[in-house]
Amino acid sequence: MAGYTYTVFILMIPLVIFLITGLMGMKWKPIVSGVIGTAGMGISFVLSLLAAASYFFGGTHGAEGFQTIIPFEITWLRLTESLIIKMGILLDPISVMMLVVVTTVSFMVHLYSLGYMKGEGGFARFYAFLALFTFSMLGLVIATNIFQMYIFWELVGVSSYLLIGFYYQKPSAVAASKKAFIVTRFADLGFLIGILILSFVTGTFDFGKLTSPDGAIFAGAASLSFMGISALTWAMTLIFIGGAGKSAMFPLHIWLPDAMEGPTPVSALIHAATMVVAGIFLVARMFPVIHFQAPASQEIIAFVGGFTSLFAAVIAITQYDIKRVLAFSTLSQLGYMMLALGVSGYGGEEGLGFMASMFHLFTHAMFKALLFLGAGSIIHAVHSNYMYDMGGLRKYLPITHITFLIACLTIAGIPPFSGFFSKDEILVAALNHNKLLFAVEYLVAGLTAFYMFRLYFNVFWGKDRHYHHTPHESPLTMTIPLVFLAVASIFAGFIPFHHLVTSDKMGFDTEMHLAVAIPSVLIGLLGIALAWILYKKESAIPEKLALRWGILYTATYNKFYFDEIYLFVARNIIFKYISRPVAWFDRHIVDGFMVGIAVVTEKISFQIKGMQSGQLQHYAFIFVAGTLALALSMVYFLN
Amino acid sequence: MIQGIPIEHFLIVSTIMFFIGVAGFIIRRNLITMLMAIELILNSVNINFVVFNRYLYPDQLQGQFFSLFIVGIAAAEASVAIALIINIYRKLQNIDVENVNEMMY
Amino acid sequence: MFYMFSGIILICSLLTITTRRILRAAVYLLCVLLATAGLYFMLKYQFMAAVQLTLYAGGIVVLIIFSILLTSHITHRFKHPDLVKLIMGVSTALVGGGLVIATILSHPFQTGTTSELPVNMTEIGNQLLSTGKNGYVLPFELISILLLAAMIAAIVIAKKDKNKNSEI
Repeated sequence: MAGYTYTVFILMIPLVIFLITGLMGMKWKPIVSGVIGTAGMGISFVLSLLAAASYFFGGTHGAEGFQTIIPFEITWLRLTESLIIKMGILLDPISVMMLVVVTTVSFMVHLYSLGYMKGEGGFARFYAFLALFTFSMLGLVIATNIFQMYIFWELVGVSSYLLIGFYYQKPSAVAASKKAFIVTRFADLGFLIGILILSFVTGTFDFGKLTSPDGAIFAGAASLSFMGISALTWAMTLIFIGGAGKSAMFPLHIWLPDAMEGPTPVSALIHAATMVVAGIFLVARMFPVIHFQAPASQEIIAFVGGFTSLFAAVIAITQYDIKRVLAFSTLSQLGYMMLALGVSGYGGEEGLGFMASMFHLFTHAMFKALLFLGAGSIIHAVHSNYMYDMGGLRKYLPITHITFLIACLTIAGIPPFSGFFSKDEILVAALNHNKLLFAVEYLVAGLTAFYMFRLYFNVFWGKDRHYHHTPHESPLTMTIPLVFLAVASIFAGFIPFHHLVTSDKMGFDTEMHLAVAIPSVLIGLLGIALAWILYKKESAIPEKLALRWGILYTATYNKFYFDEIYLFVARNIIFKYISRPVAWFDRHIVDGFMVGIAVVTEKISFQIKGMQSGQLQHYAFIFVAGTLALALSMVYFLN
Repeated sequence: MIQGIPIEHFLIVSTIMFFIGVAGFIIRRNLITMLMAIELILNSVNINFVVFNRYLYPDQLQGQFFSLFIVGIAAAEASVAIALIINIYRKLQNIDVENVNEMMY
Repeated sequence: MFYMFSGIILICSLLTITTRRILRAAVYLLCVLLATAGLYFMLKYQFMAAVQLTLYAGGIVVLIIFSILLTSHITHRFKHPDLVKLIMGVSTALVGGGLVIATILSHPFQTGTTSELPVNMTEIGNQLLSTGKNGYVLPFELISILLLAAMIAAIVIAKKDKNKNSEI
């Protein structure tokens, strides 16, 4: 299975770009680092398309389904004979798919940023961080073992922190980056403990061994349990917590909306298309283990996903910051994917949910990146993030308008756009598994259509606002990615995912489930119609509704006060009753002890330093006298 | 044995010489005088070696060779010490050991 | 004969450390070294005595006198030493000397009874350069290296700094 060694370059190019632009970018004209970064990402993009083409259509599909290929692997740490940490590249359907997703979106964002970030300070720094992020994300998806994944996972967290805090002069950006880092780091703790339990139980980090469906490696693990729950369920649940942190699942979702403080291309890259799906990817990667060894964890995943999608969709309706609307929509869609994984079976038709989740991940990456980049284009034109500063923009931003409309239709699940297909598969999978979850998702589909078109009508229709200057269409570097992603959003739905990316790597046949598809389209249309009525023309109805629902509306607008609750818990309970006594103890007892030692030592040395007089003859006298004293004592004691 | 002089007499002479050297080293503050005191000490040790050789092991020559080597070492030591003293003199314009205390504390 | 040499040694070494003129101290040191050479002659170690005369009396003392001339004025007289140092030095010397002499007197020395080895130059040369029993070639080489190193070190230390030179 040689011939895939070039995939190393997909990974290495961003790293090299990061080093070059990071170290030397300051000295160049800003545009140089931008062009280098974009060109490098272009190469990575082409290479991963090549890899995907030869992997999916190049005859690796045998009787066993798609083979797992490891074109490159080195031993990094040899802890014991059985516990070896390796670094390598693993190609199987989901990682190849993720390669395409990451490099596509990253390339588009690089290109887009040439226009969007023009004239901003720290242009080279921005590109260096983007490259670092891309590198870590690629390293994460092609990891051959869970430990390598964890390393890159943390790298992703760091680079995301750097990018969110890009405008480091802005206090809110700094706060947001810290929040994102701390919340995800907190979740990563769960991930790490999960990894440790898992490797303790199985003695390996290797995905190849962990995810083989026969589960022979877990033979000895069944008997291990803690508090009545098997060790593997613990491990899987903890790992899911890590994934939930990265993918901003409820209740660890609070960092994602704030992360919108970063530049808009960053939001598109990180908080829509790549980093947040890392959690989904993790669950998908561990899917055989979760499904066969820890069904309880899978239930948790399904319900957390379902709840998050509903919860976020409700909040999205009331937000005015367009990036926040998109952020909550992302949360909601991620909930969809989690839910699909949670309800999936293994193999063949049973694995529909798995396939649907990956499918939705792919289409979502395209249309959400498009939405964010479109929003960036709007913000670029209007210099505001708020809907009430916008209106009637369709005249000024024709390309943005069309592409944004396509994206909205896609996310609303209107055929023939790609979102329709993937969402449909998820709904079918949910229906097969659990009627309640299906109902939730069905409702969310309608809500999604509603809030997206509320956004759309508010921004592009309605009456003109008073703008500082006439909004103008963005430069070519920004519109090309928009058009490309719009085309991808339209046609991605026709990719035969059920033949390519499945739970057991074997293709299966599925057909349109009209019984589900028609109602879901209808509810989407209903949502759109509702938004049309309420927001197409300026009207008083939304205001009235908001007043009528009073408390509920305010609660939703404030994101159900989750931030405040966390803040309260952190400040009043953890800080007050845990941190403060610990800090006191540290400052007064521990530090005091150390300071005491230092003071005593200093006093003593001050006292005895007079002996170091520098007078050679004193030393000589003491030396001779000491020798004599020794000799005398020996004479005295030995006789 | 030799001309009826007992070994103890030699040894007492060399001991007194040794401790005169030690006292000189401690008392005098001129560096060159201290160097001379060291020469006295080495010389007394030489006498001891030679005397032991002659009185106790007259059939061998170890004592004499050690004295020989000590003379060599004394020469080396004296040359280095005098080089140091000259350097110190250049720096401080005198050679009192009390002024050579830059290494204190 | 022995007592004369011993007297010279003791008196001159005492004078060496008590005189207040440094050049005189050097001359007294020379006397001590010459008297020591006389002792060696008495003990029939002619070679050793010759070395003592040439190296010590001839070499080192001349070196010391040179350095004295370089660093001091001939008329310069030392100040009286500190009382504290005086007490320190004298007491150490007295205690140490008493201790050692007491030890020497209480120790019965077994005088060697074997026949004396005739000390001639051939014997010394052979032993100094042989590697077998009673061979001293290794320390001999060590001493040669040490002397070389000391010579270089002395030159390096005493050499004037180029920078300093230019400053002056």
